[in-house]
Amino acid sequence: MNGTYAIVGVGETPVGKVPEWSKTGLALLAAKRAIEDAGMNHKEIDGVLTSQMGGTFIYSLEVATLLGIQPRYTTVMELGGATSVCMAQQAMAAIDAGLCETVLCIHAQKQQTGPTRPRHTPPVDRGFDEFDRPFGHPGAIAVHAMAAQRHMYEYGTPNVAFGNIAMAMRKHASLNANAQRREPMTLDDYWASRWVVEPFRLLDCCQVSDGAGAFIVTSADRAKDLRKAPIYIAGYGQFHPHRFISDQHADATRLGAHISGPDAFRRAGITPKDIDVAELYDCFTYVVLSELEDYGFCEKGEGAEFVQDGQIEIGGRLPVNTHGGLLSQGHVEGMLHVVEGVRQLRGGEVEPKRQVPGARRALVSGHGGQMSTHGTLILSRDEP
Amino acid sequence: MNTKRPLPRPDEDSEVFWEGCRAEELRMQECSECHTLRFRPRPVCPECLSDQFKWTPVSGKGRVYTFGVVRSGVLPSFREEVPYVLALIDLEEGPRMTSRIVGCEPEAVEIGMSVRVLFEALDDTISLPYFCPQ
Ligand SMILES: [Zn+2]
Repeated sequence: MNGTYAIVGVGETPVGKVPEWSKTGLALLAAKRAIEDAGMNHKEIDGVLTSQMGGTFIYSLEVATLLGIQPRYTTVMELGGATSVCMAQQAMAAIDAGLCETVLCIHAQKQQTGPTRPRHTPPVDRGFDEFDRPFGHPGAIAVHAMAAQRHMYEYGTPNVAFGNIAMAMRKHASLNANAQRREPMTLDDYWASRWVVEPFRLLDCCQVSDGAGAFIVTSADRAKDLRKAPIYIAGYGQFHPHRFISDQHADATRLGAHISGPDAFRRAGITPKDIDVAELYDCFTYVVLSELEDYGFCEKGEGAEFVQDGQIEIGGRLPVNTHGGLLSQGHVEGMLHVVEGVRQLRGGEVEPKRQVPGARRALVSGHGGQMSTHGTLILSRDEP
Repeated sequence: MNTKRPLPRPDEDSEVFWEGCRAEELRMQECSECHTLRFRPRPVCPECLSDQFKWTPVSGKGRVYTFGVVRSGVLPSFREEVPYVLALIDLEEGPRMTSRIVGCEPEAVEIGMSVRVLFEALDDTISLPYFCPQ
């Protein structure tokens, strides 16, 4: 990119059970909060990106219209859990290309309460459904459980590593007033948790949630006139290795992060040791372990040691998911990882007990599908 | 037969594969240009982009790349079948596919173990390729 870009507004709705709000309503509420956070007039926004989020025809424009915005640039993005992180990059690219000046990015979901879709309706369609589901493949959980099994085989990773990750996320969620699961969790609770798809227990799995989040991207120049300190996008990258983990070239022990991470660090001109806080996509515990390795926070195969002894908790060597993540705050598909990264770097915007003191740089990741998509942002308080 | 169970719906790309399973023969596409075998079925080779190919039977022998034991009825139509083993199978000829390991206890399944295909008829047209210890 030629220019420098920043996130200037973030918004978050209640997470968990939110029966009184529709999915689109949650999207609008998150957007309103992000716009107010930026101190902008919403008519100044000329770009709108939304995730597909099971929405209707031209859904991003439906959301824009309901907000009273007539965008110069809009589209729906669908990269699973990598969508939010990749929306930030799409927003930068659109502004850099001169298509628009300020982009609002939104994701909402309604999976805990309200009208829900049936889990599947036979006969099934191509792709995942034709060659996976007829075998009793329950989707993301089995993909990630099989990946974890392979990692355990190759590197001797013990189950307790997954328990340590689950406990760290829960500890952070317990400090977050807007978290779905705030009650304490011990390692005994983890061991007592029932198997779902072995080697995953119930406590290895993310929450099922209602909720939404939004953020606003604009140029560094425009950002200087707004209400809050800009949080700059210093580094970015994406890598999308395969749609199906059954592709013969898929490596189950490695995420797209092993490419998107080095790209993002190179663009930011920093290394993993310069990161103060990491908001890592955590649909399942194992993914955090693999990300720590694939981003180079530790060597491949050393993730289990890295997550021991509170090292990924606030106060540890690399606090991870200071909001509690998908595992315990709630599943808003990675959007709230971006929101939390921004708030941590602004400082003073989250409960004091979960503020990483003096944090200047955050890494935020998104990950989707069958370990299919991956995106990385490196956020910075300092103008690159 | 469990009628609620999701069944594959063969299409232009996949019908020869599913006909093969019905005839108890595991078939893969082989590129006529570079001779790479591929799975999932598609009309274009991912190695050389040739659209010329033939269907060829494979041995049905392979190894477990990795697996997971489904111990909870996440999918309602499979609830009565738990526990069962889902696996990624690397065929001797190269392609990888999702399947189930049957014919042994879940505790006996290991990464790298040798397996061979067998077919389970679900209805008059669809048989699924499962794998069992070789
Ligand atoms: Zn070829």
